[in-house]
Amino acid sequence: MSHFIDRRLNSKGKSTVNRQRFIRRYKQQIKRSVSEGVGQRSVTDVDSGEEISIPKRDISEPIFHTGQGGVQKRVLPGNDQFTRGDKIERPPGGQGQGSGDGDASDSGEGEDDFVFSLSKDEYLDLLFDDLALPNLQATHFDTLTQYETYRAGYQTEGVPSNLDIVRSLKGAMARRIAMTAGSRRELRELEEKRQALIDDPHDNALAIEQLDEAIAELNKRIDKVPFIDTFDLRFKNYAKRPVPSSQAVMFCLMDVSGSMDQATKEMAKRFYILLYLFLTRRYENVDVVYIRHHTQAKEVDEQTFFYSQETGGTIVSSALKLMDEIVKDRYSPADWNIYAAQASDGDNWADDSPLCKQILEQAILPVTRYYAYIEITERQHQSLWREYQKLESEWDSFVCKHIVSVNDIYPVFRELFTANTEKTA
Amino acid sequence: MSLLDDGPEWTFALLQEYDLEIAALAERFRLTTYPNQIEVITAEQMMDAYASIGMPINYSHWSFGKKFIHTEQHYKRGNMGLAYEIVINSDPCIAYLMEENTITMQALVIAHACYGHNSFFKNNYLFKTWTDAKAIIDYLVFARDYVAKCEEKHGVDEVEHTLDACHALMNYGVDRYKRPPKLSIQEEKHRQEERERYLQSQVNDLWRTLPKGQKQAHHQKSRFPQEPQENILYFIEKHAPLLEPWQRELVRIVRKVSQYFYPQKQTQVMNEGWACFWHYHLLNTLYDEGKVTDRFMLEFLHSHSAVIAQPDYNSPYFSGINPYALGFNMFMDIKRICENPTEEDKAWFGKMAGANWLDTLHFAMENFKDESFVSQFLSPKIIRDFKLFSIEDDTKQSFISVSAIHDELGYRDIREQLSAQYNLSNLEPNIQVYNVDVRGDRSLTLRYYSQNERPLANSKEEVLKHLHQLWKFDVHLEQENADGSVIHLASCQSNTDASL
Repeated sequence: MSHFIDRRLNSKGKSTVNRQRFIRRYKQQIKRSVSEGVGQRSVTDVDSGEEISIPKRDISEPIFHTGQGGVQKRVLPGNDQFTRGDKIERPPGGQGQGSGDGDASDSGEGEDDFVFSLSKDEYLDLLFDDLALPNLQATHFDTLTQYETYRAGYQTEGVPSNLDIVRSLKGAMARRIAMTAGSRRELRELEEKRQALIDDPHDNALAIEQLDEAIAELNKRIDKVPFIDTFDLRFKNYAKRPVPSSQAVMFCLMDVSGSMDQATKEMAKRFYILLYLFLTRRYENVDVVYIRHHTQAKEVDEQTFFYSQETGGTIVSSALKLMDEIVKDRYSPADWNIYAAQASDGDNWADDSPLCKQILEQAILPVTRYYAYIEITERQHQSLWREYQKLESEWDSFVCKHIVSVNDIYPVFRELFTANTEKTA
Repeated sequence: MSLLDDGPEWTFALLQEYDLEIAALAERFRLTTYPNQIEVITAEQMMDAYASIGMPINYSHWSFGKKFIHTEQHYKRGNMGLAYEIVINSDPCIAYLMEENTITMQALVIAHACYGHNSFFKNNYLFKTWTDAKAIIDYLVFARDYVAKCEEKHGVDEVEHTLDACHALMNYGVDRYKRPPKLSIQEEKHRQEERERYLQSQVNDLWRTLPKGQKQAHHQKSRFPQEPQENILYFIEKHAPLLEPWQRELVRIVRKVSQYFYPQKQTQVMNEGWACFWHYHLLNTLYDEGKVTDRFMLEFLHSHSAVIAQPDYNSPYFSGINPYALGFNMFMDIKRICENPTEEDKAWFGKMAGANWLDTLHFAMENFKDESFVSQFLSPKIIRDFKLFSIEDDTKQSFISVSAIHDELGYRDIREQLSAQYNLSNLEPNIQVYNVDVRGDRSLTLRYYSQNERPLANSKEEVLKHLHQLWKFDVHLEQENADGSVIHLASCQSNTDASL
């Protein structure tokens, strides 16, 4: 007799460990592939994994086997033209007719790449491998304590809104079964007896009547057991525990004056996306605030931020002021981890740059965990860069980097967040 | 007799009905089997099963991950379909059915795997000799836990290196002539500690330096091992000087798994042929008895003929001789020879012509492996039906010559060569442990006994690096030609870092 088992609901990730082992072993090759891929990736595509290809010879598992040459005899099916003693010219390439026994791929001499997909998580892990959020040693998460309410079993007392109905009724049913067990057993016996008397050919009217009375009495007793009792009630219990804050806000500041063309904005966008992905790996909640500015700053949505064109001059301090206001208004540093990234082509009113330095120094840098400034330009640095350079030497949490082309973005990003914290030394 | 529902959707109740009918028929044809444990799984689980060489449990290793990724990728792109079934030589015999198949396919798989393969596992002499179906699952549990424990103790990388090295030599971890001791989890656990201590002491003893100069010269001529050893992994497990006890255990695990698959490698044609013969026979009998519908039969025959198709040598689909096709046709042919022998059959098979077909079939299944099965039962009719011909490819000649075709002159040649083609020792190069320089630099020498002047492929260098990982002293590989001359092929020295 065969035994059937439905295994479809069993976990299907049986190979996950082995898959991770594989990725771990070929991390170097895969990382190379990931780094190469990041430049070609579509900007809006942040949620998918990545196709990876590794040269097959790198991952072959060598075994002893025979190579080409020597005397080889083979039996083949489907003879359509040959007779004994025929001489066939050797096909070019040295390969025998047909396709061997699949040795070509085993030997690792096939040059095809081994191509496979990484999941989003695996991709991000590799993309941000060795990177860490800076300055976490200085200000620890746990200074930002919040409380989280969580379920902690049941209690017998509580407010009606916390009543767990299913659990209470289960208890009630158990109690009813327990309390009526004796009576029901008796009842069953009496009913059997009564049936026996009825089946009996003799006249037992009197005895039956007595039994009926006893049965009615028992039924009454069983009915008296209450359906639900205060004793059965169970209330959900809640407790509180402290949790480190897992929310962050990321400010994206960008110059949208006439000098910033779409290509420059695309570069800035790539940087923001990397930063965003990176933060989402660390924090559960990441808010993004987009602030764009020319001579005036404005908080906008993502679409406007990246794709609408403005003209006019540039006053960077307007954006910094707005950011400061928004922080004071909505993102208390006690509850939020604040990150900011500013992108610009370096244009600013010469008079405004010292003001920017002052705002950053006094208002923004003390509350932000990290402030990154990237300048996307092929020209000479101007006053803003020089002022920011001064800040960089004074503040660990402030960095400025120069980007010329799209290919710089990922390396610069890696440089900014390399886990090795020399700067703190 | 009422018809069985032909779906196409299946239910567990329906599967049970089919199984009952098929089981009853199987019993009529004297197919004795292990009890069946039939598990329904999804396509993804099927790929998991693929990746761990078809075993329900296995230790963790990156190569299984690679295989899984490879399978998944091919499947997703539609380059390949998944097998309809996987069946495991265990007691009870575990067979996997895929969820998305129709009831017809499920019935086909039940007949094929649960009664065909299963009876083969239970009754073929190679399986009886070399595997212990009862113990394999327990042993794999032990292996998985042991490997996990080693990883905890010695680090994943260390374990991985050792396993990599063992995998490279897996085909040389097989005993061909001894009955291995039965495996059971209790026994393994019980004996393991003892073995560790004992082995280590043995090995240390072996390497104790003997300071007697004269004796040394005398001993120089005797080799160690005295006879060449074909089971390289076994030799390493017992004699590698510097292996840790846990590494020896890992070598042993790989060796045991390899040994378990040894019969399967040698009975592919027979095993598949037997299973195909019986699914064909059982389902046809069901039809003859009016239990399944025409629609069921047509779908079944469609799948069946796809499975046993043999593309010609010049077809783009050709990838060697299809073991399903050859096996199925040979078993069908045996039945034909028993029932309706021709004059030719009488001349070739003597007493077998006209014998009871069921007896003959069971006899053939129980007592042969592919090599001997072909040399015993390949009839001229099959050779003609397959239009078999044999070619000889000698690198010294500028052409390939046709040495035999499907005619009176060629039958015996083709039969002999096809049989040789299934001889495992012709498929895997014959490499044996030849010598260990016990009193010198402790170097290990392997010897490749070449056949037909066929050279070893370049991968040998890599394999030697792996071997060096286990032996930890110099490793040499030499080739002995048919004329007795010996040439040195490759070495892996201790100072050359075996960087992997």
